[in-house]
Amino acid sequence: MTTTMKTKLPRRTPKRKITGRKVTLTISGWTIGLIFLAPYIEMMITSVKSKAEILSIPTTYLPQHWTWSNYITIWKQLPLAQYLRTSLVVSLSATLLVLLLAVPAAYYVGRNKFRLRTPFLLLVLVTQMFSPTSLVIGIFREVIKFHLVNTWMALILVYAAFNMAFSIWILSSFFASIPIEIEEAAWIDGATRLQALRMIILPIALPGLVTAFIFTFISAWNEFVIALTIESSPAHQPLTVGLESLIGQYQVQWHYLFAGSLIAIVPVVILFALIEKYLVSGLTAGSVK
Amino acid sequence: MTTVRKRYRIGALPWIGPATAVIILMVLYPAYEMVRTSFMNIDETGTSHGFTGLSNYRNLFHNPNLVAVLERTVIWTITIVVATVLISLPVAQILHAKFPGRRLVRYALIVPWAASVVMTSTSWLWILNGYYGILNRILISLGLIQDQVQFLGSPTQSFAWLIVVAVFVSVPFTTYVILAGLTTIGEDILEASTVDGASGWQRYRNIIFPLLRPALLIGIVINLINVFNSFPIIWVMTTGGPGYSTDTTTTLAYKISFRNADIGQSASMATINFTIILLFIILFLKVSRWREDA
Repeated sequence: MTTTMKTKLPRRTPKRKITGRKVTLTISGWTIGLIFLAPYIEMMITSVKSKAEILSIPTTYLPQHWTWSNYITIWKQLPLAQYLRTSLVVSLSATLLVLLLAVPAAYYVGRNKFRLRTPFLLLVLVTQMFSPTSLVIGIFREVIKFHLVNTWMALILVYAAFNMAFSIWILSSFFASIPIEIEEAAWIDGATRLQALRMIILPIALPGLVTAFIFTFISAWNEFVIALTIESSPAHQPLTVGLESLIGQYQVQWHYLFAGSLIAIVPVVILFALIEKYLVSGLTAGSVK
Repeated sequence: MTTVRKRYRIGALPWIGPATAVIILMVLYPAYEMVRTSFMNIDETGTSHGFTGLSNYRNLFHNPNLVAVLERTVIWTITIVVATVLISLPVAQILHAKFPGRRLVRYALIVPWAASVVMTSTSWLWILNGYYGILNRILISLGLIQDQVQFLGSPTQSFAWLIVVAVFVSVPFTTYVILAGLTTIGEDILEASTVDGASGWQRYRNIIFPLLRPALLIGIVINLINVFNSFPIIWVMTTGGPGYSTDTTTTLAYKISFRNADIGQSASMATINFTIILLFIILFLKVSRWREDA
């Protein structure tokens, strides 16, 4: 009793009061937040300006007429639906493929010691550090060789392969943290290994699955270099490439460009915020927890 | 239990085989293909005419743009990584402290991390526009400049802005890595050091910073790889131009193959880049091993 009293006492002394330090902290904090949001705020503002206003000098801070209709006309002005469909199909397929293959691998690695374990983990760790950008020429040569230019399949396979490592890494640490006894109880009840995995383990590892899902989806959704290189037909271009191609045009339609960009950005930011907790340990291959 | 034993005996292959196959097919094979291409004679249509030894590398070393691009790549990588760390350390410290709205600010920091770098760069391109850009308007309103400035007017200025944007994009991840490191330090250590009467800066230098070093090192190595590999910022804002004046080795490799159609020479540049990345990865393995023992 006395010891708990003792440890509690000094904590009570710093009272909640508004100090100069607190004010500085709050102001700096909010300024940082604003700086990192600024380009997206500017995107938002520009996306609801009229074309005439965008090309007026001096530049207006806020739109004189909030042209929300830009968000409707853009669907007719650009092949936005087409880009969006490609992005969705490719990203979702890549993500499902990753989960389908990473779950068994991660489960086995998380549960067993086997001869190939160390080489396999090394392969995972090393390929997690590779980016498609550094291998774009090799990927391009391969895609031509297998006649996959201008197909969704090429993107799906590349995105799945480059995100496999992150998912295996994060999932295996989740699986390893689940006590084997829970599973053994299911086996004794007559469940096969796959049944136990499906009905007992996967539900417990759900946060890991969600993290792997969202992370893969977003990195496929945002990928640029590979899609730029192997998709020359607009019908197969995702949002990143499709919208970027507008910049090269004679007169850039910034309001449409940014309306489209925001449609692409907002959903993934929300998804990303959901998994923020698990991201750092996954991205640093568990070395920072 | 006998059934369990039997299933164990099937071995690892059915479990890890498919994932390994995809990694080998789409990551390792392209790497092999790229290195091989760097020793081959490939014409503009992409048809191979057999091995040519080191002639692609010889062409690359005679490329008149190479030296300047190499220098720029070193400046690019070092400046961005150093600036990112120098900014992320205090930012993480602020976001670790408690203040009203901290959660929201943390979410704000996620946006540049989650958003497509292509689109973020596009927004910067517009902000920096010499006629209609908002930055000109702000600076004129503040009386800092009289007339509109062409921020991307000269190669030097453009390159400086590219660096700014790259730092902007790298800070969020780095901050989060440092934040994760700060969380592991624990309140009791921090409290104990306050009781001992250490000043804020002393406390940071002698207690917090050394404890942060593992997290920081990991963050630095991952940043080195990402920044060295960085492509969309340069591509969207300057395409490495005018000419080759804002290219790094990554964009140069891309240009040689997809603009000049010299796949062999481009593959030799990319192979050199890839070797550098492998060195960074070895560094990463070394740095993270340190943590594994703990």
